[in-house]
Amino acid sequence: MMITFNIPFIAVVGLILVGLIAVVFKRNLIKIVIGITLIESGVNLFLITLGYREGSIAPIYSSSPGGIMSLPVPQALTLTSIVIGVAVLALMISFIIHIYKLYGTLDARKIRGDEE
Amino acid sequence: MIDQLISTFETGNGFWNPLIWITSFVIAFLIIYILRGFGKKDYKKGTGQTQVFLSGNPEYEKEKMHVKASNVYWGFTEALKWIYNLFKKIHTGNTSDYVLWFVVIMAVLFLILGVI
Amino acid sequence: MNEMLDYLVLNSPALVVAIPLLGAFLTPLVGMINGKLRNLFVIFITLLTGFFAVLLANDVFTNGIRTYVFGNSSPMTNPVVRIFFEVDGMSAFMALIAVILPIVAVIYSWAFMEKETGLNKYYTLILLMTTGMLGMVLTGDMFNFFVFLEITSIATAALVAFWTNKKNSVQAAFKYIVISSIGALFVLFAIAIFYGQYNALNMAVIANSISYSFLDKIALGLLIAALAMKAAIAPMHMWLPDTYSGAPSSVTVVIVGTTLASLYGVFRILFTVYGRQLLTIMRQIGEFSVTSSIVLGVFIVILATITIVIGVFMALKSNDFKRMIGYVAVAEIGYMALAVGSAISTFHIADGTAAVQMTSYGEMALTGGIFHMINDALDIGLLFLVAGAIYYATKETSLNRLGGLSRKMKYTTVFFLIALFAASGLPPLNGFASKLIIYQSIYQVNPILTIVAILCSIMILAVFVKVFHSAFLGPKLPSLKNVKEVPKSMLISMGILAFLIILFGLFPEYIINNIVEPAVNALSNPGSYISAIVGGA
Repeated sequence: MMITFNIPFIAVVGLILVGLIAVVFKRNLIKIVIGITLIESGVNLFLITLGYREGSIAPIYSSSPGGIMSLPVPQALTLTSIVIGVAVLALMISFIIHIYKLYGTLDARKIRGDEE
Repeated sequence: MIDQLISTFETGNGFWNPLIWITSFVIAFLIIYILRGFGKKDYKKGTGQTQVFLSGNPEYEKEKMHVKASNVYWGFTEALKWIYNLFKKIHTGNTSDYVLWFVVIMAVLFLILGVI
Repeated sequence: MNEMLDYLVLNSPALVVAIPLLGAFLTPLVGMINGKLRNLFVIFITLLTGFFAVLLANDVFTNGIRTYVFGNSSPMTNPVVRIFFEVDGMSAFMALIAVILPIVAVIYSWAFMEKETGLNKYYTLILLMTTGMLGMVLTGDMFNFFVFLEITSIATAALVAFWTNKKNSVQAAFKYIVISSIGALFVLFAIAIFYGQYNALNMAVIANSISYSFLDKIALGLLIAALAMKAAIAPMHMWLPDTYSGAPSSVTVVIVGTTLASLYGVFRILFTVYGRQLLTIMRQIGEFSVTSSIVLGVFIVILATITIVIGVFMALKSNDFKRMIGYVAVAEIGYMALAVGSAISTFHIADGTAAVQMTSYGEMALTGGIFHMINDALDIGLLFLVAGAIYYATKETSLNRLGGLSRKMKYTTVFFLIALFAASGLPPLNGFASKLIIYQSIYQVNPILTIVAILCSIMILAVFVKVFHSAFLGPKLPSLKNVKEVPKSMLISMGILAFLIILFGLFPEYIINNIVEPAVNALSNPGSYISAIVGGA
């Protein structure tokens, strides 16, 4: 019984770990961006799961059948976070476009500052 | 208000008042200037008396005699080459290494705060 | 007149954030009419924000904490559900820093950016960065802090890549947005942990009901690591020289402010939200009880010392002007973290009451660290403005190809001398005042720290003497024949910073008593912060 209620939390840890592994160990710039998206999905899932109460319905008041409602505040926080994530993703991909035009490669080891 | 402006501050072990420092500096400068006025005033400008002494070596033109920026502290960087090789290896310029250091510090903080 | 001033002061926390935001959205419309009109409009908006920030700071320094609730005119409800701005002494101090830097940057970019295109977007993004910085330091709500952190980092990343035809700028912007985004996501994770435990997002409510459970320790670790990465504490400092050298110089001056605002976030979390809970005893070694504050303080002090040493050594080897100043900026942040870390390690319970107290040298260290924040912002700002002036005049940033510039650029040389003396801590400028406090108070924590700090301060002087010799002194180079003095608006902005540096250096006691002391008192009394919202805690 405990396992079914803890699966979202295990999924959160799994997503964040996979995202961190993708950012740290992959060399292609686009895979780094995908890793960041995975971390963001994990954190959003964590926020939503915190608001769940057992046997609850959606927190909408008009014509509701009654009963416990899950918390609406984390859902609002998650919406904000998803929007911020989309904007950051668009910005990162546009930077990758400019980097590809200037450098000609997408390998993270060849794109370094002029450290002389 | 005025005595608030020119008061000294104490650090528990000492004190510091910049106006007294400036006044003593000005007094010392005046003394030095007066002492300088006692020197010889009869010298001929433009002849060999005002040129740089290079102990018999020919003097190159000015641009070649200017020590460039990367050679200024050569002795210091040569003597500490072992530290500089270590630092050069750490500062790779790779994005993934930056996040790797973050994960390492986060893990160390978890160990310090949570476990020990 | 007096009641209108009172009305303005009552609403000033919201006005300080709302005016740059409104200006940012109006700037492209004004820019469609005329270019110079838009420049004047942006300077007017930043000066107006500065006026309100000074008004707010004056009120907070004399009267105490001021709160502002969004969307309701009646006092606090119970439970606290609305978004609050809570301005205490430390927030007002940071707001002063966050407002002087964009004013200088906007005046500087009148001439520096004149020949570029896309200036509408440039000014909009600078005003958005100002909004983000001011929101970060004034807010009393943790999720609001996260939102403003993201606003600042997105606007900054877009401005770092302003020169899209240079390799250095674009790769620096990519690194900055990756680092920033990962840091902000882990801050959000910690905020979610707080919300799940205490059902509150307000900093004062969390501080009131926090109980140092295992999840809270995890959240503390996440918050400190993520915010310290945004504040460039080693070994996570490597993005800072890339970013500071890839951005245009006027933008770098504002990025200095955002780095200091992230460091403010670390202090706010440690001193106010966790406050008293840091004194829980973790381990008992005989008679000596190791509290969390000692563990955290020693950890921050070790990291700060590594930061100072790495920053100074890499600056000595570097040959690019702006990268070198970036490494010196890393070292200066190390000084601030050193001072505050040693202040944290002296926490103990005051006898009689149940409040947290530091020893006398701990409070002195905190004063020095906070005073150093505003000194460092002014010094590093002036250094970057000088670097930008040299780039504008000669189109070179590498020190190997510069030489003999002081014959033609006299004012720039004088400003560089003032910034050199201030950054390396020579009397009688402001760097010496704050560094003297830091040296004398951390000597009593451990003498080795003072030795390292003084030696690295001397090496900072060595770094800048190298720059002065190779860029300004020396014979005239034939490749730099057409160098002229920079235009007047750049000289005016450098003059403002130099004037403030000399002012802070000549009257340090006045500045410490009126501006730094309220900030130190606000940080060491988390009880007053909590009772301003929760009431009678």
